[in-house]
Amino acid sequence: MSAPNVHRKNFLSEFSVSSPSFLWLTIFFLLPTLIIFAISFRSRGEFGGIGDQWTLETLQSIAHPNYPSIIWRTIWMSLACTGLTLAIAVPVAYHMARVSAKMRDLMMLLTIIPFWTNFLIRIFAWKSVLHPEGFLKQFLVWCHLVNPDATLLYRPEAVLLVMIYTELPFAILPLYAAAEKFDFSLFDAAMDLGATRLRAFFSIFVPGIADGLLSACLMVLIPCIGSYVIPDMVGGKDSMMLGNVIVRMTLENRNIPAAAALSAVLTVVMFLPLLFFLKGKKNPDGSAAPAKEVV
Amino acid sequence: MKDRRSHLPAIMTWAVLIFFYIPIILLVVNSFNANRQGTIWMGFTLKWYEQLFSSKGRDIWRALTNTLIVATIATAISTFIGTCGAFALHKYKSRFQNFHYCLIYTPLVVPEILIGISLLIFFMALKIELGLTTIVIAHVTFCISYVAMAVLSRLQDFDMTILEAARDLGANHWTTTWKVLVPIILPGIFAGALLAFTLSIDDFVITFFVNGPGTTTLPIQIQGMIKRGAMPLINALSTLLLAVTFVAILAYQMILKRNQRNAG
Repeated sequence: MSAPNVHRKNFLSEFSVSSPSFLWLTIFFLLPTLIIFAISFRSRGEFGGIGDQWTLETLQSIAHPNYPSIIWRTIWMSLACTGLTLAIAVPVAYHMARVSAKMRDLMMLLTIIPFWTNFLIRIFAWKSVLHPEGFLKQFLVWCHLVNPDATLLYRPEAVLLVMIYTELPFAILPLYAAAEKFDFSLFDAAMDLGATRLRAFFSIFVPGIADGLLSACLMVLIPCIGSYVIPDMVGGKDSMMLGNVIVRMTLENRNIPAAAALSAVLTVVMFLPLLFFLKGKKNPDGSAAPAKEVV
Repeated sequence: MKDRRSHLPAIMTWAVLIFFYIPIILLVVNSFNANRQGTIWMGFTLKWYEQLFSSKGRDIWRALTNTLIVATIATAISTFIGTCGAFALHKYKSRFQNFHYCLIYTPLVVPEILIGISLLIFFMALKIELGLTTIVIAHVTFCISYVAMAVLSRLQDFDMTILEAARDLGANHWTTTWKVLVPIILPGIFAGALLAFTLSIDDFVITFFVNGPGTTTLPIQIQGMIKRGAMPLINALSTLLLAVTFVAILAYQMILKRNQRNAG
């Protein structure tokens, strides 16, 4: 067999193995994502569909005075959620990596079980915890921490709390995977050389798990930017996020081009950290892809 | 020797674990609470469970059937596609595979709402009617990546020289693939399929966009019940689902332990 023939044969077998996933994802993932950008330049159709004309009106209409504040809220809530979640998850991962193997297995299982239960049910459960007559409110009133007429539900803080609750396992898993590989004798060495516990933690441990931190950061930040269910269920009017506006545009206003334009904005907002991440992860063997840690 | 470890991480860890269970415990307790609002304890009852199995719960069971149909089909398709994708990524190193890798990896990190809305717009633009088919297509789309990653991580742990050894000993391509390669990566395929199945059963956001009239899945049904305020029924249903999940996890852990023992 001549050389070009071998080459062609290799390419054919490569393509036949790759084609199912490549074609499926090109048609049902890549193409629809690109279509969003195209539809943003379309007018609104008569029966809630997509119009035939190309226009800039849709893009202009989303420059509504409310939207910059909603986009800004989406960004700050997501950043606050990511920061707080990581601040809680790093010490947890540190502790999990240092306990006995048996204890570690138990803690892992306890972390995983709640996120195997339906996402909506967990949020719904929070709703009854935060309910005006729920036990948390009564407890806080009893401690004189809140005013009896204060509401815990339907405010940005409630959204943040439930977002942290939902995202914590996604931060703990990659951080734990990194902490487990960390050589704790370095930590002890630093302390032998006179570093305080806190100093050793921040100067030795935290940089040592940088990879895990980066993936945990992304794992939390991106779903937060796209969150819609949590603000919808536990948030009020002043906690609407970009996702809520997109859903309202799609299902209530039936304005698909405007929903597409807002989704395009969302894509751009979330693409920035993603690009940064993919650049940092360019591994030739493609092994550094913990994704949502396959458990 | 003086204990140099701080107790703070231990305290935080246990606090977080308790935090994880606060809403879940409350939900289980409330499913037996005679109080409709679920705020104050008003005595033990099983009436919510009875209602769940009476005519009031009929929609729930229909939704559950839809969910299981969608999950089974989506798991079968995505397991096949994802496994092929993982093989391609592992075997070939080329520019095309780099792009292929990005294509498989990106859906894992794109917010669900974007996948949902883009598929909805795509189906609308092509005038495809929304229903079980569109739900299955959407589920396959996000499950492929998880399956591919699960299989890929198994492939990367595997010593490929065994395949050469099999060929040197006279096995043909077909035998090598089916008798050597597939059995070794089967746990990866199984883990991927299980993940796809759970993700499909649990998905709300993407399904919310692409479901049609009469094709309600369980999460969509639950959302409707929450909106209508049918709280006690959801508590009862959630407790049952929790129990099922718990048994499934225990079974999975036992299989995993046995596999590890066999492997090591």
